[in-house]
Amino acid sequence: MTHAGNNSGSYLDAPHGIASWLLTKDHKRIAILYLISITVFFMIGGLFAAGIRAELLTPAGDLFTADLYNKVFTLHGVVMIFFFLIPSIPATLGNFLVPIMCGAKDLAFPRINLLSWYLYLIGAMLTLGAVFMGGVDTGWTFYTPYSSMASNTNVTLAALGVFIAGFSSILTGFNFIVTVHRMRAPGLTWFRMPLFLWAMYATSLVMILGTPVVAITILLVGAERALGFAIFDPRVGGDPVLFQHLFWFYSHPAVYIMILPGMGVISELVAAVSRKQIFGYSVVAYSSLAIAIIGFLVWGHHMFVSSQSIYAGLVFSIITMIVAVPSAVKTFNWAATMYKGSITWESPTYWVIGFIGLFLVGGLTGLFLGAMGLDVHLHDTYFVVAHFHYIMVGGGVMGFLGGIHFWWPKMTGRTYPETAGKIAAILVFVGFNLTFFPQFVVGYLGMPRRYHAYPEEFQILNVMSTGGATVLGIGYLLIVTYLVASLFKPRNASANPWGATGLEWDIPSPPITLNFETEPIVTEDAYNYIGRAQKAREN
Amino acid sequence: MLQHHFFNMGQQLEASVLGMWVFLVTEVMFFGGLFMAYILYRSMYPDAWLAGSHELNEMLGGINTVVLIFSSLTMALAVRAAQVGSWMGQVVNLILTIIFGTIFLVVKYFEYAAKFEHHLVPGPYFDPARDPAQQLYFSLYFMMTGIHALHMVVGIVLMLIILRMAWKGRFSAEYYGPVEVSGLYWHFVDIVWIFLFPLLYLIGKHH
Amino acid sequence: MSHISSKGLYYTIFGTLIAMTVVTVAIARIDLGALNTPVALAIAAFKATLVILFFMGVKYNTPLTKVVAASGFLWLIILFGITMGDYLTRAWIGFPGR
Repeated sequence: MTHAGNNSGSYLDAPHGIASWLLTKDHKRIAILYLISITVFFMIGGLFAAGIRAELLTPAGDLFTADLYNKVFTLHGVVMIFFFLIPSIPATLGNFLVPIMCGAKDLAFPRINLLSWYLYLIGAMLTLGAVFMGGVDTGWTFYTPYSSMASNTNVTLAALGVFIAGFSSILTGFNFIVTVHRMRAPGLTWFRMPLFLWAMYATSLVMILGTPVVAITILLVGAERALGFAIFDPRVGGDPVLFQHLFWFYSHPAVYIMILPGMGVISELVAAVSRKQIFGYSVVAYSSLAIAIIGFLVWGHHMFVSSQSIYAGLVFSIITMIVAVPSAVKTFNWAATMYKGSITWESPTYWVIGFIGLFLVGGLTGLFLGAMGLDVHLHDTYFVVAHFHYIMVGGGVMGFLGGIHFWWPKMTGRTYPETAGKIAAILVFVGFNLTFFPQFVVGYLGMPRRYHAYPEEFQILNVMSTGGATVLGIGYLLIVTYLVASLFKPRNASANPWGATGLEWDIPSPPITLNFETEPIVTEDAYNYIGRAQKAREN
Repeated sequence: MLQHHFFNMGQQLEASVLGMWVFLVTEVMFFGGLFMAYILYRSMYPDAWLAGSHELNEMLGGINTVVLIFSSLTMALAVRAAQVGSWMGQVVNLILTIIFGTIFLVVKYFEYAAKFEHHLVPGPYFDPARDPAQQLYFSLYFMMTGIHALHMVVGIVLMLIILRMAWKGRFSAEYYGPVEVSGLYWHFVDIVWIFLFPLLYLIGKHH
Repeated sequence: MSHISSKGLYYTIFGTLIAMTVVTVAIARIDLGALNTPVALAIAAFKATLVILFFMGVKYNTPLTKVVAASGFLWLIILFGITMGDYLTRAWIGFPGR
């Protein structure tokens, strides 16, 4: 099964032409469509980020007016969260790998999968439309009553875009759940599944249980603005804090939509680069489900200072400490997997180590913020900004890029220069820390988020941050450059360049349209590296 | 009939039924946000809820409840007819289901029209003599019943598609997934109304 | 999955649903005090359960379907319970002047 180079039956070669891509029902092609679109939105979101960092280079609010700055950080948040992070791993790597890892020919509902991409595009276009019509200034959280009554920007249009994109996310999750339940190959029992599948399954649960709630909430804000209804309107006795409850019921679990897939990717990579079975496989599998479920019980820790009852706050604070346990379990098990493993220093290894380091910092600072007393001091400061970037970028984006580097040969049939991959990983890691670590300090010292000007004593830390962001940006551009360049070279990837286990590595790179010539039968546990190595020695 | 990516008909049917159930869970959560607002505001403003509910026409709401129960029966019978391979049973019951669904929407139209006449639509034209908190009640009334009615419209369109397929004799004891799956959706919409009726129409009728 | 219910069962369920509708309208005219809403909700929940079990066939379906159907309602309880947990405990804490 080692077809190096041109296997002409691949999914990339089967009918050419724009229409064959835009109307495709092949999960792999849809994954590519998603990959292209989220990359574009990552760049748009990145441009807004660059604007923020440029403004904060100096204490005076000299580059943007306060109003324009509000729009810039709002659009950075909206674009990055709803149009990059949430679809990032599930819709690209997940779409590509879930059916293959299940041993299936496609997702359970290929047409709905394509519909999901179109909904994403429509939602994204509406939100972009809001940008061109003058922007939105509510923050990505759309808090009422500002969003429903006061803001005179294009809230309705942007909210409609997010509403529609939400359905794209629901459809993806729904497809994965049915596929994992109903389309696994013979012999692929639950506890033989790769941990990426477990992570995608847990993520999908969050998508289908949480997303509808934020959808209806956004719809209610839209109804207030467009129809003059009163739901959160304090003038008639409505409660704006109800919006926060409904919003965070989804948006806290949404953090797990962004991080769980990253954890799944890292579980695959850490086993592959250590040449070992994952330490405590079943515990890691269960911890994904535990995170997804307990993650639904902690949303009030975003609302400690919102007039929420102190008793509710107490309970939320305690459960927040508990949700850290399964995350810690994963981190310890990755470390234990690497311990005494035969670690190979390939580019995915760098992303794995970077992910673990950044996620550790992000997770531990989450405990600071989950402690109710400390949060009163740190709420709405740059400490919060630094924390969630360590989770979403340090965790989510590092996981996404690690996965892209690992499965790029499988998806495209091409390899990229290894050295460039390693340099990019180091650049991103260093640049990221330089950007966000100073923000912990400046936040602790009291710099609030969402202002375009700040006192002069904070300048040094902000200059470090902007410098780091530049390095980070160069790292990202480098990745785009060498990955795109690799597409213009002939296909040179073997079926299994990393010597990894898993159904996706048993089929040619790139795979054929229906993935498998014959229905695969699974006869071994996931990550059977040691068993395979022994077998190879015996032969 | 067997799509290329499934290995057999059983797998295909199981996948589509599970898929519809998973979808219905998202629907439950979608309506759940509205019910959440309902619970909170009703506990905060019981009098506004009482007064708001008195403006609804209990008779029309009751008729619509019965109409929907009828439609659920014919829907269940339509699925059964497909399972036993009865062409006549499918077509008759699907047509009845569509008729009942349409009656529901017509009744709803007259109810809405009355609310507009009586200045009960929240917003600038809301009757200023009323307690402003009643705007919360009527906002939720319109959102809940409006989204429910939208689901009815989708359901009727779905039934027209299914009717067309049934008319052509597409369904049999071996292949009836689409009828069954659309039926699940139809029953779900009925269940939402089963809760909306007492919660919106029947508050404080003993006064 | 291939279970086929008898027409008689469907007519029985239908009859019960109509009867319960009449009951809920009638009972709304009697003042039960604090029990007004719980009784109305109990009747609605009973009707919904009949529809789910028999019209939607969950009674004859796989355990997985049962779990999925139940999970939606479980998550509703999480949403309602925790949110109301906040609102109902706000007044517990005393503050000067009260």
